[in-house]
Amino acid sequence: MAEKDWRPKIIAIICNWCSYAGADLAGGARVQYPPDIRAIRVMCTGRVDPLFIMKAFQDGADGVLVSGCHFGDCHYLEGNFKCAKRMFLMKNVLKNIGLDDNRLRMTFVSASEGAKWGHVMEDVVKTVKELGPSPLVERKE
Amino acid sequence: MAENQKPRVGVFICHCGTNIAGSLSIEEVMDYARTLPGVVVADQYQYMCSTPGQNKIIDAIKEHDLNGIVVAACSPRLHEPTFRTATSEGGLNKFRFEMANIRDQNSWVHMHDWDGATEKAKDQVRIAVAKARLLEDLQPKSVAVEHAAMVVGAGVGGMQAALDLANAGIKTYLVEKLPTIGGRMSQLDKTFPTLDCSQCILTPKMVDAGRHPLIELKTYTEVENVEGYIGNFEITLRKMARGTYDGPEMIAAGREGSGCNGCGDCAEVCPVIKPNPFEMGMAPRKAIYIYHPQVMPLQYTIDFESCVKCGLCKEICGPEKNAINLDMVDQLEKVKVGCVILATGYDLIPIEDKTEWGYKKYENVITGLEFERLICASGPTGGHMIRPSDGATPMKVGFVLCAGSRDNTGGVAKPYCSRFCCMYSLKHAHQLMEKIPGCQPYIFYMDIRSFGKMYEEFYYRIQNEGCKFIRGRVASVQEDPVTKNVYVMTEDTLLGRPVTIECDLVVLAAAIQPKPDAERIRQMFGISKSQDGWYLEAHPKLNPCGTTTAGIFLAGVCQGPKDIPDTVAQAEGAASAASIPIHQGEVQLEPYFAQCVEDLCAGCGMCVPQCPYKALALIEKDGKKVMEVTEAKCKGCGTCGGFCPGGAIRMQHFTSPQICAQIDAFLLGGRGGEE
Repeated sequence: MAEKDWRPKIIAIICNWCSYAGADLAGGARVQYPPDIRAIRVMCTGRVDPLFIMKAFQDGADGVLVSGCHFGDCHYLEGNFKCAKRMFLMKNVLKNIGLDDNRLRMTFVSASEGAKWGHVMEDVVKTVKELGPSPLVERKE
Repeated sequence: MAENQKPRVGVFICHCGTNIAGSLSIEEVMDYARTLPGVVVADQYQYMCSTPGQNKIIDAIKEHDLNGIVVAACSPRLHEPTFRTATSEGGLNKFRFEMANIRDQNSWVHMHDWDGATEKAKDQVRIAVAKARLLEDLQPKSVAVEHAAMVVGAGVGGMQAALDLANAGIKTYLVEKLPTIGGRMSQLDKTFPTLDCSQCILTPKMVDAGRHPLIELKTYTEVENVEGYIGNFEITLRKMARGTYDGPEMIAAGREGSGCNGCGDCAEVCPVIKPNPFEMGMAPRKAIYIYHPQVMPLQYTIDFESCVKCGLCKEICGPEKNAINLDMVDQLEKVKVGCVILATGYDLIPIEDKTEWGYKKYENVITGLEFERLICASGPTGGHMIRPSDGATPMKVGFVLCAGSRDNTGGVAKPYCSRFCCMYSLKHAHQLMEKIPGCQPYIFYMDIRSFGKMYEEFYYRIQNEGCKFIRGRVASVQEDPVTKNVYVMTEDTLLGRPVTIECDLVVLAAAIQPKPDAERIRQMFGISKSQDGWYLEAHPKLNPCGTTTAGIFLAGVCQGPKDIPDTVAQAEGAASAASIPIHQGEVQLEPYFAQCVEDLCAGCGMCVPQCPYKALALIEKDGKKVMEVTEAKCKGCGTCGGFCPGGAIRMQHFTSPQICAQIDAFLLGGRGGEE
């Protein structure tokens, strides 16, 4: 596939209360962003098992985004904080297995930050495009 | 349905008029859905949420013996309840429904990328089908609702909400940080556009709230901690040390004497003099005080930060009343309520930070709230309008509108309209012309926003009364150091030239912002905020009183700037909404509980501290340590499930196999996720 036609496969796991609502708000405001990200809704980013991240990369994801509430705003008090700690760990794991840790991103987007969600989408797609296809995919083929 | 039954999924794709169909190919997505494993029927309709749309689901469940439903439409945050009801009417368990958000998170955000949006919609449907194939029957959990409510903030909105709840037969705690109920409205002189005396229409409500048998006033009290969920909030209140006891408190404390009767002898002898915040610092107040003459409850309060503990007040109070205790300490109290209404109000922005208008630098520049106190008969001047520098009667008064509102320059300025400043400034102009013959008000404005009932008519009236309107944003206010007169400089945008007007007094219609502790209260109650810091409603159009946290409702300016009628209307709406679960007596919670898979649980106990609600515990079972979930405490966040190293915690409706199937469905094109 030609370099410029390549579209990254990015999966986003986002919390119901802040980031999912923020993404809906972006829709209401018709904020336009690239269509390369698919979102999976969980109630809280605390639900994000490191296994899900590994599974996604193993399946050939070029990037993974986890997005939750701002610190102090978590609907369940501190799930986002606990998730952030796990993501920190996972970034180290990715580095150790030879993946660029910028392929995994955690962001905090509140229910009122529709425009920010648009920026996050743009930015994640741009970052992953610059990194190119996941090396795990190339090895598979 | 038997557990081993094969997945039979129905997919329904909504056009949403052209909202979805205008940006992606419904036909293509539908044809694609038919090829997915487990899908036995795929259909589309103009509006799936309409009755014929929902009937399609109901009929298809019966006709095709479906056990999983996918609707590709708007957001589950909007229509999941609708389609769950349809699923249930078709005879399926309502949790066998999954939604693909192809509108808010697809067609609306990829409006000019037909192919990209269509491909994304296919993926979204595939992901949803992957989850739908693994959905299970779940039973919602019913919990009893405490027959009591709490209202935080006792301004006009909070009082109205409390009165409505109490009149509906619900025990209501009305919590107020200040020593009296009444709020901002008690500081106002007249209200627009009717020119009703603010106190005259407010005090009957204060008395009603104070005397209502079902309202328990908690004045001089702050919210300390919040636990629980809808129906069962356990709220810890901090009753701040007030230094005095009223009658019932005397009995509770086992003290001899009748308690504070509001006679005021103590304040007369108190030697400490401080600025009075009720009068915006323009009048003195003693260290033992009542907030204003019409306080409810009538009970003196000691400001322990300025009290020198000389004991004169205690002496004059005497043993008969014996109301004063100079060593009083804060007390914590727990109350249990079913629902909460937040009505925490607003403050003015620190307008002195906008230095171009010279507030706090020039004596004759004041805010609208200071104007209210100066012109109020119960204010520091007895209602004689004077200017601060020399006590002279102002004959030329400038009103600077949008002082910090509709201002994108950053700092303390706010991009939003504060909504009531235009109207109160018109009212101020009217009051000046009425009280001071020959007084000339000038209103410097960007636009006059007189949007309410009879507001535009009021605007015409003030124009006809002789107020001068100059359209232009005020660039600068300068003082003449000798006369202390202030020069207002602006560009008159209608004449297209700069103007400078010499005024005796300038009144800034300062922007408003949330209370400084609004953030702390918001986080305690677990609700979101808008970008500008106001509390976020559940839906801006269709649920303006609710929040995304069940059982928490909003009233008044804490949700966004609004005037008194809008505040009262929202308070009544919030009270009505809050009374629904309380009167129903029970609510249904979504059964997204954690469950321990005991065969996999190693009894390590690492999950226990992960739970923010202390819902998990290690127990001995059949000679083995396993984790046990207390369902009543579990809120279903899944933080334990995301942590368990052995995969022994199963989060209902968000199980690991379900989520992994979604990941596989996206990345492996539906090949994975087979169980």
